[in-house]
Amino acid sequence: MSGKPELSLKGSEPSSTRLVATLGFAGLLSGLIIVSVFEATLPTITAYKAKVLKEAVFTVLPGVSGMQRLTYRDGHMIPAVGDEEEEDVVFGGYDADGELIGYAVPSAGPGFQDTIRLLYGYLPQERKVVGMEILQSRETPGLGDKIYKDAAFVANFSALSIDPEIVTVKKGARSALNEVDAITGATISSKAVVQIINRGNQRWVPRFSGAETPSKPTPSGGG
Amino acid sequence: MNELVWIFISALLINNFVLAYFLGLCPFLGVSGRLETAFRLGLATIFVMLITALCAWFLNTYILIHAPYLRLISFIVVIASTVQFIEMVIKKTSPALFKALGIFLPLITTNCAILGLAIFATNKGYGFVEGMVYALGAGLGFTLALVLMAGLREEAELCNVPRLIRGTAMNLIIAGILSMAFMGFAGLFSAV
Amino acid sequence: MVKKKQEDAYQEFIKGLWRDNPVFVQVLGMCPMLAVTNSAVNALAMGGATFFVLVASSFLVSSLKSWIPKQVRISTYIIIIATFVTVTDFTLEALVPVIHKELGAFIPLIVANCMILGRQEAFASRNTVKMAVIDALGMASGFLFALFALGSVREILGEGALFGVPLFGADFEPWVIMILPPGGFLTLGLLLLFFNWVKERKDRLAERLAEGELS
Repeated sequence: MSGKPELSLKGSEPSSTRLVATLGFAGLLSGLIIVSVFEATLPTITAYKAKVLKEAVFTVLPGVSGMQRLTYRDGHMIPAVGDEEEEDVVFGGYDADGELIGYAVPSAGPGFQDTIRLLYGYLPQERKVVGMEILQSRETPGLGDKIYKDAAFVANFSALSIDPEIVTVKKGARSALNEVDAITGATISSKAVVQIINRGNQRWVPRFSGAETPSKPTPSGGG
Repeated sequence: MNELVWIFISALLINNFVLAYFLGLCPFLGVSGRLETAFRLGLATIFVMLITALCAWFLNTYILIHAPYLRLISFIVVIASTVQFIEMVIKKTSPALFKALGIFLPLITTNCAILGLAIFATNKGYGFVEGMVYALGAGLGFTLALVLMAGLREEAELCNVPRLIRGTAMNLIIAGILSMAFMGFAGLFSAV
Repeated sequence: MVKKKQEDAYQEFIKGLWRDNPVFVQVLGMCPMLAVTNSAVNALAMGGATFFVLVASSFLVSSLKSWIPKQVRISTYIIIIATFVTVTDFTLEALVPVIHKELGAFIPLIVANCMILGRQEAFASRNTVKMAVIDALGMASGFLFALFALGSVREILGEGALFGVPLFGADFEPWVIMILPPGGFLTLGLLLLFFNWVKERKDRLAERLAEGELS
């Protein structure tokens, strides 16, 4: 049963080479294992991420059948190549004929507990927000988490005018087209969502208005 | 600037590493018996966190973009080396402190708070300055939690506590109440 | 002789489940666990991931123990553990992406779980492969059991459900704090208290039996 004799202080102290070699070999073996598993799981993971993104974009931009990553450069909205900062990218939503319907804009900001990340759909022609989906949040369960659990709150964002700016009002008091009914007991979370969208608009609406809109490239550019 | 203040306060109070994320519980439950030791361990941890944040940023920006799967291993190697290095420095400069910290210094290596810091900062996509501010906030938050706990425990020692509850069970319940108190900071963002 | 060995193996396994339960008795490895035990499913997933890492690491460490020089043993154990954690992370992300998202950054934190490293140092590096694996299985099972207990209690009280299935009527007012951080601390503290109480009763019972007080 005994293979190698146990290394003890009595005998020879292992040389530094031996120590380094052991660690080096361990590192090498470890690297090999990790890389293989990584390569093996990469296709599944990438496919899932793309699917989730596509579903989010299609949720916030109703009627869309294709999408494309876009960024803003020198007055134009052009396809994003991949190494842009996350905050410089939006998604163009296109109908079946490849015409641009609107943009799905990611935005983030402080919520009650931690940063909230969301995606919202925007139609530049009508200056309206048409959908909102929370991507990530850590709000209080039972209260703040209603920003995604409460269908009525989310429905606020299906036809929201952005002029002069979106505001929250007490629940039930919604009268104008740019108002959102806040969640009772979760005012801060509700306000945060609105603020995040307003900030996104501050950034992108001027760009959308001034820029030419690109059409969807014909072979599967999105989806 | 507002953003940095938010990151700092969030890490320090609102999303305290120990009381909100449960990181660093080993030292939290183990070392917080004495105020002095707790404070010193906190300081050592802040220092390690700052260096870790620096290295993590460096690794993420220049090296790991080519091999993102090596992130965990490289982080832990960096942390282990940093702690080793600090241990040597403390041993040389202040043998008393070294003795006081004892086993807990190498335990910083397996301190989930340090590794957690590196991973969270990576996930949040923090740049250099943001990462350092985050590390400072997190480290101070950790120290704060540790020091508060130590104070409470020193007080509790003088009380008549039923035998069955003494020890870790009581400490956890104290921690739970402390965590509840810290939840009160949650709405702070609107003031920032 | 064979029977004794079987008994030994059985004892090894059982000890991890109850007598030396890593969470309730040794209070090890709690660091990242309290954060993800806010529901039974998450607790099981985390426990499962830790289970795999512990058993795999113990197996490898025990197999290679004579090749690893004492001076670099901790570093080597960490490399081994980190490798298996990374593998688990990718595998979970590919197989159950929804759960992976819930557990989030806490999967890589399994590396910092003092219990895993502790077992390598205390046991796997000093015993045969077979015993090391059995010990790992026992400890990991105890750990899984503890996490599940924690997660279930928190989910039942904090959401009124188990595995997402509502248990009480619509009138149930969930004790929300249970799924928040304070709830984690409190639940573990109370579970520990309960565990201590049971243990003490057992010990006292055994004492009285030994003294012949009870027939």
